[in-house]
Amino acid sequence: MDFSYSDEQRMLKDMVDRLVADQYDFETREAARASSVGYSADMWRQFAELGLLGVPLSEDAGGFDGGGAELMVVAEGFGRGLVVEPYLASVVLCGHLIDKLADQTRKAEIAGPLISGETRYALACHEPDGGCDPYWIATTARADGGGYVLDGTKAVVAHGDSADHLIVIARSSGEPGDRDGLSAFLVDATANGVTRRGYPTIDGHRAADITLENARVDADALLGELGLASSALDGALERGVIYLCAEATGAMARACELTLEYLKERKQFGAPIGSFQALQHRMVDMRIALEKVRSLTFWAACSLDSAPDERGQRIAAAKVMVGRAGRHVAEEAIQLFGGMGMMEESAIAHYAKRIIMIDHWLGDHRWHMAAFRRAVADGENAWANAA
Amino acid sequence: MDIEYNEPERAFRDEVRGFLAENLPAAIAEKVKNYRRLTRDETVHWHRVLGEKGWLAMHWPTEYGGPGWSPVQKHIFEEECAAAGAPRLLPFGINMVAPVIIKFGSQAQKDYYLPRMLTMDDWWAQGYSEPGAGSDLASLKMRAERQGDRYIVNGQKTWTTLGQHANMIFCLVRTDPQAAKKQEGISFLLIDMSSPGVTVRPLITLDGEHEVNEVFFDNVEVPVENRVGDENKGWTYAKYLLTFERTGIAGVGISKAALTHLKTIAHEREIRGRRLIEQSDFADRLAEIEVELMAVEMTNLRVVAAADAGGVPGAESSFLKIMGTEVRQKISDLYREAAGPYALPFIDEDDAPVGPEFAGVAAPNYFNLRKLSIFGGSNEIQKNIISKAILGL
Ligand SMILES: Cc1cc2nc3c(=O)[nH]c(=O)nc-3n(C[C@H](O)[C@H](O)[C@H](O)COP(=O)(O)OP(=O)(O)OC[C@H]3O[C@@H](n4cnc5c(N)ncnc54)[C@H](O)[C@@H]3O)c2cc1C
Repeated sequence: MDFSYSDEQRMLKDMVDRLVADQYDFETREAARASSVGYSADMWRQFAELGLLGVPLSEDAGGFDGGGAELMVVAEGFGRGLVVEPYLASVVLCGHLIDKLADQTRKAEIAGPLISGETRYALACHEPDGGCDPYWIATTARADGGGYVLDGTKAVVAHGDSADHLIVIARSSGEPGDRDGLSAFLVDATANGVTRRGYPTIDGHRAADITLENARVDADALLGELGLASSALDGALERGVIYLCAEATGAMARACELTLEYLKERKQFGAPIGSFQALQHRMVDMRIALEKVRSLTFWAACSLDSAPDERGQRIAAAKVMVGRAGRHVAEEAIQLFGGMGMMEESAIAHYAKRIIMIDHWLGDHRWHMAAFRRAVADGENAWANAA
Repeated sequence: MDIEYNEPERAFRDEVRGFLAENLPAAIAEKVKNYRRLTRDETVHWHRVLGEKGWLAMHWPTEYGGPGWSPVQKHIFEEECAAAGAPRLLPFGINMVAPVIIKFGSQAQKDYYLPRMLTMDDWWAQGYSEPGAGSDLASLKMRAERQGDRYIVNGQKTWTTLGQHANMIFCLVRTDPQAAKKQEGISFLLIDMSSPGVTVRPLITLDGEHEVNEVFFDNVEVPVENRVGDENKGWTYAKYLLTFERTGIAGVGISKAALTHLKTIAHEREIRGRRLIEQSDFADRLAEIEVELMAVEMTNLRVVAAADAGGVPGAESSFLKIMGTEVRQKISDLYREAAGPYALPFIDEDDAPVGPEFAGVAAPNYFNLRKLSIFGGSNEIQKNIISKAILGL
């Protein structure tokens, strides 16, 4: 066992942490969030220049072949700054699908502009009636002429409104809930038949509901083989969950720091409120919650190459803990800030919102608890029909 | 012992139900049940309807226009109103400043302000908290200097709920900065918000709402006759007022209505072809919360019954505040979870919704209700009161 970072991981961590510390203060973040796409194009370019957009992609794709640890390092740093750029959507989720599914030539074509930051991708997977289930896909893909026709509706697609291309998960056979019969299609987000309703999300990001109506794509839009996208989708979602857990770790760590500072600063009854033992213990409980999340996230991030049941169990465990302990930390942070914790102008309110709402992305604590139980009981892949 | 309502109590409940069925506008009830924001006019309308009926000021003595209800009747009224989706009554005038005026105010204050509350001619705001004085209210700094027959008021109040709609604000101000104890130099003033020098600035809460404000006072002249009671005795009146603020703060009726609404959602909403209520972990959580709410309800009734028998709710109301607010927060938490991914879209009420209708308010309402454990004396402060006053620690 070795809990220390390698030299490369340490360098990556220093780079991300410095970037966030020097250039991503709360005001900058708020300004980026208020723009029409909901993030800063300049910041995205910087991520690209620093090589961050290639971290989890394979060398084949022009990336750095980063694993779970690298993903964790980046996401945790981003979490500290409440980064709003579409890293999860474009790089983590879509990057992995492109990497796993596209053939060598296509991969170079598609991943190049992703890594250089020119083209942004979003994963259109989950559907309105499927809740947390990524396999509850009713969207259909029908072969037509040389290409395919896509029909269906996608729910709360992270950064789907500003993406240039969507990776649409659609079904050519089977029923909603089946793992078989799913394919990934690369679709121009402005193509005929694609309608996007974009909106802000309450945790500071943006998303879109997307309707595909008779949306025609060429044969080469299909990434990989027809009907065989599930295991690549598993991989993308597993990485996505690890990313979210690590982001939550960073955000929770920062929320704990901000709360601790406030306890020392804020005076009532002639003393810093942090001198009241009732609040001291509350602060300690927040830190304990953070340590639990940090540990399980670490475990999950280091398990990306483990056997599917082990991996599934650990990733689900981390997301369960993020949902539960994260909520604890966020609610307590607001409470200990008193009225200030309720203010839109307070950074702490935004940390609390993101931490709480991370539970609503890529499966909530109930969903992952069910996945965990199945992984433990049956040694099954945690993603498969958890309920 | 009998935990059921008796015949007259049941008759009263039916009377209230009948009145609500006839007089509560359906559009307003619909908004309330779905956690939508009411306009100023809608709020005023409902207060006037109750005012005309003589049911608005249920805690007031009959001589001032109170309905003369027993505590059990008050409880029934609150519960029926919540179940029907009636707007929450604004507490600041009727339930906060009015009891203070009735007990400590001058005859002129009673004659002028009380009738105007019943017709909702004044919208009152509460000016207690300041940036430096929240839980430690007695450390407030807003200064009122006596100049002949008026006070010159300078300073700031904050977190003023719905101050943007208010035309009157009752304030705690410091009239004697030299007093030996900080509680001793405080007075209680009624201030007309249209006075020159009063500025109201919005504060936006984390759910995007404009519900609270900061209010600035810059050389505001306030006639001495707008002081309630004696100079420098304001703290006594403030404490008297706070006991009123805490009764009813359990919000049992509201919680019951919210839980009923959530159950309906759980029975209707289908995810992956199954209704939420059929998912055992969700159903378990719903049941757990209901069990807790039952405990709060019966505790509330016990306090109500004690009050009926002549006991005054004292530190016991601190129990109710804690239990009641915790369960309300838990309901809003499960409601947010019920919305799943559709809790994320943050869409203006006036725009077309995304996802199921109920989902849009799920997260904003959850975040908004974090306030319940912060205001009205935070839950930590309530625990301090219980430790001292009840446990003697
Ligand atoms: C939505 C909203 C509406 C409001 N409306 C009004 C209004 O209309 N009028 C008005 O006057 N005020 C209003 N308030 C203010 C409210 O009363 C205060 O927020 C409350 O008194 C807490 O004060 P504070 O925010 O300054 O927190 P602080 O007093 O600074 O408290 C911070 C934290 O420390 C804890 N704490 C403080 N002292 C102790 C102690 N001795 N022991 C243990 N813990 C302690 C608190 O419980 C809290 O968790 C409103 C507040 C909110 C959030």
